[in-house]
Amino acid sequence: MSTASRLGTEPSKLTRWIILGVVGIIFAIPMLALLEFTFRSGLSGEHTLDHWTGLVGEDAGRTYRNLFTGIMNSLLLAVVTVGIVLVVLMPTMVLVQLQFPKLKRVLEFICIIPITVPAIVLVVGLAPVYSVVVKLFGGSIWTLAFAYGITVLPYAYRAIQSSLDAVDLITLSEAGRSLGANWLVVLWAVLLPNLRRGILAASFISVAVVLGEFTIASLLSRVNLQTALLQVYQSDPWVAGIITLLALAFVFILLLLIGRLGSSRRDRSNA
Amino acid sequence: MTSTSGATVELRGVTKSYGSHQALAGIDLDILPGEFVALLGPSGCGKTTALRALSGLESINSGAILIDGENVANVPTNKRDIGMVFQSYSLFPHLTVAENVEFGLRMRRVAKPERILRAQESLELVGLGHLAERYAHQLSGGQQQRVALARALVTRPRVLLLDEPLSALDAKVRVQLRDQIRLIQTELGITTVFVTHDQEEALAVADRVAVMREGRIEQIGTPETLYTSPATPFVANFVGLSNKVEAKMVDGAVHLHGEKLKPLGDPIAAGPVTAFVRPEDIVFAASGLAATVVASSFLGSLRRTQVRLDDDSLLSVQHEVGYAVQPGDPVHVRFLGSAVAVEPIVAG
Amino acid sequence: MSVRGVARYAGLTPFALYVLIFLAIPTTLAVTTGFFDKDGSFTWSNITGLFTPTILAAFGSSFWISAVTAIIGAIVGALVCYALLGTRPDGALRTMVDSIASVLAQFGGVMLAFAFIATIGLQGLATLWIKNTLGVDIYADSFWLYQVPGLLLPYIYFQVPLMVITFMPALQGLKTQWAEANATLGGTRFTYWTRIAAPVLAPSFFGSVLLLFANAFSSYATAAALISQGAQIVPLQIRAALVSETVLGRENMAGSLALGMIVVMIVVMWGYSVLQSRTSRWQR
Repeated sequence: MSTASRLGTEPSKLTRWIILGVVGIIFAIPMLALLEFTFRSGLSGEHTLDHWTGLVGEDAGRTYRNLFTGIMNSLLLAVVTVGIVLVVLMPTMVLVQLQFPKLKRVLEFICIIPITVPAIVLVVGLAPVYSVVVKLFGGSIWTLAFAYGITVLPYAYRAIQSSLDAVDLITLSEAGRSLGANWLVVLWAVLLPNLRRGILAASFISVAVVLGEFTIASLLSRVNLQTALLQVYQSDPWVAGIITLLALAFVFILLLLIGRLGSSRRDRSNA
Repeated sequence: MTSTSGATVELRGVTKSYGSHQALAGIDLDILPGEFVALLGPSGCGKTTALRALSGLESINSGAILIDGENVANVPTNKRDIGMVFQSYSLFPHLTVAENVEFGLRMRRVAKPERILRAQESLELVGLGHLAERYAHQLSGGQQQRVALARALVTRPRVLLLDEPLSALDAKVRVQLRDQIRLIQTELGITTVFVTHDQEEALAVADRVAVMREGRIEQIGTPETLYTSPATPFVANFVGLSNKVEAKMVDGAVHLHGEKLKPLGDPIAAGPVTAFVRPEDIVFAASGLAATVVASSFLGSLRRTQVRLDDDSLLSVQHEVGYAVQPGDPVHVRFLGSAVAVEPIVAG
Repeated sequence: MSVRGVARYAGLTPFALYVLIFLAIPTTLAVTTGFFDKDGSFTWSNITGLFTPTILAAFGSSFWISAVTAIIGAIVGALVCYALLGTRPDGALRTMVDSIASVLAQFGGVMLAFAFIATIGLQGLATLWIKNTLGVDIYADSFWLYQVPGLLLPYIYFQVPLMVITFMPALQGLKTQWAEANATLGGTRFTYWTRIAAPVLAPSFFGSVLLLFANAFSSYATAAALISQGAQIVPLQIRAALVSETVLGRENMAGSLALGMIVVMIVVMWGYSVLQSRTSRWQR
C-alpha cells in the first residue's frame, strides 16, 4: 500500500476504479441509449443508418432548413459573444487590474450576479429591452449576443481572472514601460501573450455556453440551435438525437482543448 | 515537567530509491539517548527522506531502522511513538491551539481533564499558554511552529523529528526559535533528529551533525570537528566559509603562496590542488603577502575584508572590528598555519 | 487634476454601459414589473397572487426537486472527487473527467431531455431492458417521466458534474501535512477523515450543496423540453405567465414570480458565499 493510501489521503486503486467505473457506466447509459435510438427504424426494433445518411442527403437542406438555420445562428451568436468578451470584458478586466485595484471586488461581484439572476428571471426583463434593441439594430439574430455576453460573464470572468492572477500584470507593464514602450505596445506585446491561456479558455467556454443556451432564445422567440432542436424533435426525433450527440461531442472536444492548454503551460500553483 | 529519557535510534544500511533516482544509498547512523543530531546538506541530498523513513512516512528498500533496539520497519507511523514537526501548514485549521495540542493525547484516549492540563503545560513550555483559544490562521509563522512543537511533545514521544522547522520563518525568529527548541530539548532529554540545509543553524543547535550528500553521510561529528577538521572537500566547502586557493601538493604538504600547510583528510597524490582556507586563518600583518583591499563588510561583531593578491586572486579575511580598512589600501596578509582541506584539481 | 481624474474612468464606460443596459435594467424590470398592472398603476395583486395554492405548489415542487437533486448530486459528486484524489492533475484521466463534467454541467438542458427520453422514455433503452429482463414496467402506475418526478434523473445528471467541478478544489486543498501530522500523533485513517478532513471540508461541502440547489432551482431548459404543457415548477410558471393569456387582474405575474425566484436565489447564494469565505480562511 502506498504511503498516501496508508495515510488516507488517497483512495486505494481498487476503490478509485470501483467508484469511477460505477459512476462512469451509469453516466454513459443515457448517451448510449441516445446513440442506439438514432439507429432505430420506427418501433420495429430493427436498426438502420437512414437517419444518419438522411442528414447529408439531397433533400436535407430543405427538410431540415430550420435546423440548419438554428445551427448557423448559434455559430454566429457564439462568434459575436466571444467578440463581446474579448472587446468589452477582457480590456475592462486588464484595466481594473492595472489602474483600479479597488474596483476589483466590484467587478467580481458584477460578473457573479448572473449566477444569482438566472436566465429565466433575466428574460422577464429582457423582453422590453429587446423591443428597443430591435428598433435600433433590426430583428437579426446576432443582437441576441448582447444578452449572451451577460450569461457567459461568470465563466469568462473566472477564466480570465485566473490568468490575471497567475501573472503579475503590474510589474510586467511597469517593466515594459521602463524599457520605453508605450501603453499600446505593452498591451499587445507584453500583457496579451501572457494572458493567452485565460483568453482562450474564456472564449471556448463562451462558445459552449452559447451553443447550449435555450431559455432566452426560446422565450424571446428566436431561433437557435437548441430551439431548433426542440422543434425538430416533434417531427423527427432521430435527427434531433443525432445533432445532440454531434453537438455534445463538439463541445467536449472544445473543453478538452482548454484542459490541454492548461497543462502545456505548467501551473505554478503549490499545494 | 517530568523528564523523558530518550530512546536510541539506529539506521543500518538504509536505502531508498524512487524509480531510477536513489535518494538514500546506504545510511548508517547511531544516535544516543537524549542526543540532538542534525542532518545537514543541500537540497536533494536525502536528509528529508532519511527523516521521513525514520517516521514511517516513507518506506525503505533495504536496511533496518531500530528505535530502542526494536526494528520498526513494519510498524506504521501512528504506532512508532514519535513526535514530528513539519516545515509549515501542519496545524489543523479548524481546531483551536489547545485542541491541536490535545490531539495526540486524544488519540491515546487520555481522559479530558488530564488532556487539557497536559496540553496547557506543553503550551506554557513553549511560551504560548495565553494563546490556547486562538486558531492557526490568527498566529504568526513562529507562533505556529511553537504550537506544532508543543503538539509533538505533549505525548512525550521517544524520538522527536523536525523537518526543516525554521526554514519558512524570518531570520530573527529563526534564531530565537532554534535556541528555544534546543533549550526545551535539553530539559526534556528527548532524542532528536533535526533536518536543515542551513549549516549555521545545524552547528548552533546540534550535539552532532551529519553532513549528507547524494544519499550518503559524508561526515558525522561535533560541530567543532566538522568545522576544524572537515574530512572531505565537500564538507569543508559546505560547512562555514572557505577561501578556495590554488596550491600544490608536494611531499605530503600543501604549498601555497610561499607557505607550507598540513593537509586534512585522506592522503592525496602530489600535484595541483584546491586548498580550503578559513577567513579567520588569514591575518593582516606588518609583512607577508602584498595585497590591496577591494571591499570590507561590517558584520556587527567582526569584519570580513576582501583583498586582491598580486596574482589577481581574491582572499576573504576575517578580523576584529577595530581594524578598519578602505578599498585601495595596501596591506599584507599571512596564513596562520592551520591544517587545510584539499581537493585535487582534475585536468580538463 | 479633476478633469483628468474623471477622464481616467472613461476606459470603464463601455463595460459599465453594457452591464447597465443588459443586466441592471432587465433585472430591475424583472423584479419590479410584478408591482404594476397592465395600466401601469401600482398593485399588490401580483404579489398576493404568489400565495395561491397553484403557485405555492410550484414553489414547493421546485424546492423539493432542487433539494433532493442537490443532496444526491453532492454525495455522488463528492465520491467521484475522492476517487480522483492522487491522480495527476494534468494526466489523461483528470482532463477527461474535467471536460466531461464541464460539458454535462453547463451544456445540458434540451439535449439531456432527449437523452433521457431515449433512456427511460416509454420506448427507452433502459425501460425496455427492465421490462424484458426484470419483468417490471416502470410506468405501470403513471407515466411520470413528463411530470416533476421525471426531472429527478436528468437533474442529477447535471448536478453530479457540477459538484465535481465545484468541490474538487476543496478536496485538493487538503494539505498532506495534516494527514501526516495525524499519523505521527497516533491517528488512523478513520480519525483523519472524521476528525480532520470532514470538519475542514464541511463548509465547502455544504456551500456546494447550496450552489447545486440554486442551480436546479433556476434551471429551465430541461423542464421546458420534458414538460411541454404545464407549470409544476416555478420556471415553468414564468413560461406560462410570459407566453399564455394572463389571468385578469394579474397581468404581470411573470414579474412577481421573477421576484420570488430572485429572493430565493439571493438567500441561497448569500449562504454559499458565507460558507466559501470560511473555507478560504482555513485553506491559505
